[in-house]
Amino acid sequence: MTTVTSNVRKQTIARAMAEAIAQEMRTDPRVFVMGEDIGQLGGVFGNTRGLFEEFGPERVRDTPISETAFIGAAVGAAADGMRPVVELMFVDFFGVCMDAIYNLMAKNTYFSGGKLSIPVVLMTATGGGYSDAGQHSQCLHATFAHLPGMKVVAPSNAYDAKGLMISAIRDDNPVIYLFHKALQGMGWLGTEPASIVHVPEEAYTVPIGKAATVREGRDVTIVGITSGVHHALKAAEQLEQKGVSAEVIDLRSLVPLDREHVINSVRKTGRLIVVDEDYQSYGVTGEIIASVVEADISMLKSPPKRVAYPDIPIPFSRPMEQWALPNPAKIVAAYESMVK
Amino acid sequence: MTPTREQKIWMYEHMLVSRYLEEMIEEIYMEGKTPAFNMAAGPIPGEMHLSKGQEPCAVGVCVHLKPFDVVTATHRPHHIAVAKGVDLNKMTAEIFGKATGLSGGRGGHMHIFDPDVNFSCSGIIGQSVGPAVGAALSRKLQKKEGVAVAFLGEGAVNQGAFHEGLNLAAVWKLPVIFVIEDNGWGISVPKTASTAVEHNDIRAQAYGIPGHYVPGNNPLEIFRVAGEAIARARRGEGPSLIEIETLRMAGHFMGDAEQYRPKEELAMLKARDPIVAMRTYLMTVDKMSEAEDQEIVTRARKRAEAAIAFAKESPYPRGEEALEKVFV
Repeated sequence: MTTVTSNVRKQTIARAMAEAIAQEMRTDPRVFVMGEDIGQLGGVFGNTRGLFEEFGPERVRDTPISETAFIGAAVGAAADGMRPVVELMFVDFFGVCMDAIYNLMAKNTYFSGGKLSIPVVLMTATGGGYSDAGQHSQCLHATFAHLPGMKVVAPSNAYDAKGLMISAIRDDNPVIYLFHKALQGMGWLGTEPASIVHVPEEAYTVPIGKAATVREGRDVTIVGITSGVHHALKAAEQLEQKGVSAEVIDLRSLVPLDREHVINSVRKTGRLIVVDEDYQSYGVTGEIIASVVEADISMLKSPPKRVAYPDIPIPFSRPMEQWALPNPAKIVAAYESMVK
Repeated sequence: MTPTREQKIWMYEHMLVSRYLEEMIEEIYMEGKTPAFNMAAGPIPGEMHLSKGQEPCAVGVCVHLKPFDVVTATHRPHHIAVAKGVDLNKMTAEIFGKATGLSGGRGGHMHIFDPDVNFSCSGIIGQSVGPAVGAALSRKLQKKEGVAVAFLGEGAVNQGAFHEGLNLAAVWKLPVIFVIEDNGWGISVPKTASTAVEHNDIRAQAYGIPGHYVPGNNPLEIFRVAGEAIARARRGEGPSLIEIETLRMAGHFMGDAEQYRPKEELAMLKARDPIVAMRTYLMTVDKMSEAEDQEIVTRARKRAEAAIAFAKESPYPRGEEALEKVFV
């Protein structure tokens, strides 16, 4: 009898994040974790599970509900040679602590003329779709990506989640690490099966600032990030049934933004749809479209389209929220309106 | 805890360096800004928050610190930077926006960073607290020598950052000292109109840490109280809070006509100058001679003059250098 051993090691984003942090903590004593409920609970979204048991309360520190203090403290600890990984439980909570983020963390390197390194990883949960309403469901991609001095990454699958986390921890600059709740594989927040993928056991990096083509195609480029990538992949399957070949790009990072990758794809396909669960106006969708248009407007066969969250607070009631969210059908419809 | 004669002279001299530097800055700041006051004009543009009158807070605390100790300061940072040993030439060049400044002109007077002596500050009220707590945590985690001192104004204590930071430092028993410079005024609002308690030292009780109030803007008293708090932190016994009664001898910023300030208070400023008081003290108690005083005064003035000359002679950065140093 023979046993077939599979070398596929499927993991959720939550597990991949925790594994990445643990591996870095084992090799680098400067790495430590702070946040609310990230200790014994293992994080409300599971991404610090097991760390408290392995590294103890000195290096895995549950904080009081004091984001201003502990994110400010992360800045001070990073300037003093540590590499803190801090969690802002929901991105929506940035309101109380943005000073520490955009006035300290993002600017102290510049104000020191590049002498001070602030290697903080700020991980925070984004996204809706589970009726948690407007103070616990936002993405706020553009809010962070707009402000200079911070790198911003947001994985759509567990492989990227681990590699981006290791890159973020090793980066000498502040990195905002946005993870989408519905992609965490937590079950109770809805689980996107396609986010659960093979994750190598050894430590590896995914470069910050590099987009990935997750599906190749000829007729249209669909650009997304986190949940938007999964909507785009489903839309691409539906379009294939109709004989349309869609290319799907996962941005993976918002800062630095891999504009070249998108431009090269649009040069090939001639059409562009950008998907984003963040608010539409002044956001990622507009930035991607502007970048393509600035590069060479003549490569577009039709005006670009965006499928983003309308400019409204996120409603509670299921029919309203689901109506407002991006989805594959909206992407397919966007394509059809382009070629009409 | 009483200072040695040497420590007293050190405090006096650093108060003088800060004062002379600010007097020179004050004069140059007004160049190009008369008759119409335009903040953007002249060799030193932007807001200018002078610290004159508050020098005792800086020297009385920093005399106990080593370069490896961490200090975070406020939008009014000159006196503290001088006492912490920040490179005076580079700091002054920074205030002028020159390429030779600490950050090559990216920060200016409210954003003085000198990692060589672990000094930084922030123009945002209350934001000196978090980074000091974090630096103290870093020392504890690394088992590395050093304490952190966060300076803040009495106007900052009604910010959440202050209360969150004190609580966190106390819960984690960190080697950090919070020093409130109480100059009585948050821009134009008197402390009595903004703060529910007369002295903020009692707020330490809310966090189970020692609180001290130091009246009189007296470097010797500040020396004693700060010395005990810093020694306590070095022994690993946790944070302390100190509020110091001090004196804002200038407006909130230069160009502030201070019409909100009682005339009697303004008339008293010169008479309450802490440097004059310190000189008198040194002459009577420590038998400082006129000649010795002159020597110290000359030394201090020369340092300030040299820093101003360095700043004036330094080139401006090129505009496009603004694109550099966003990331390391």
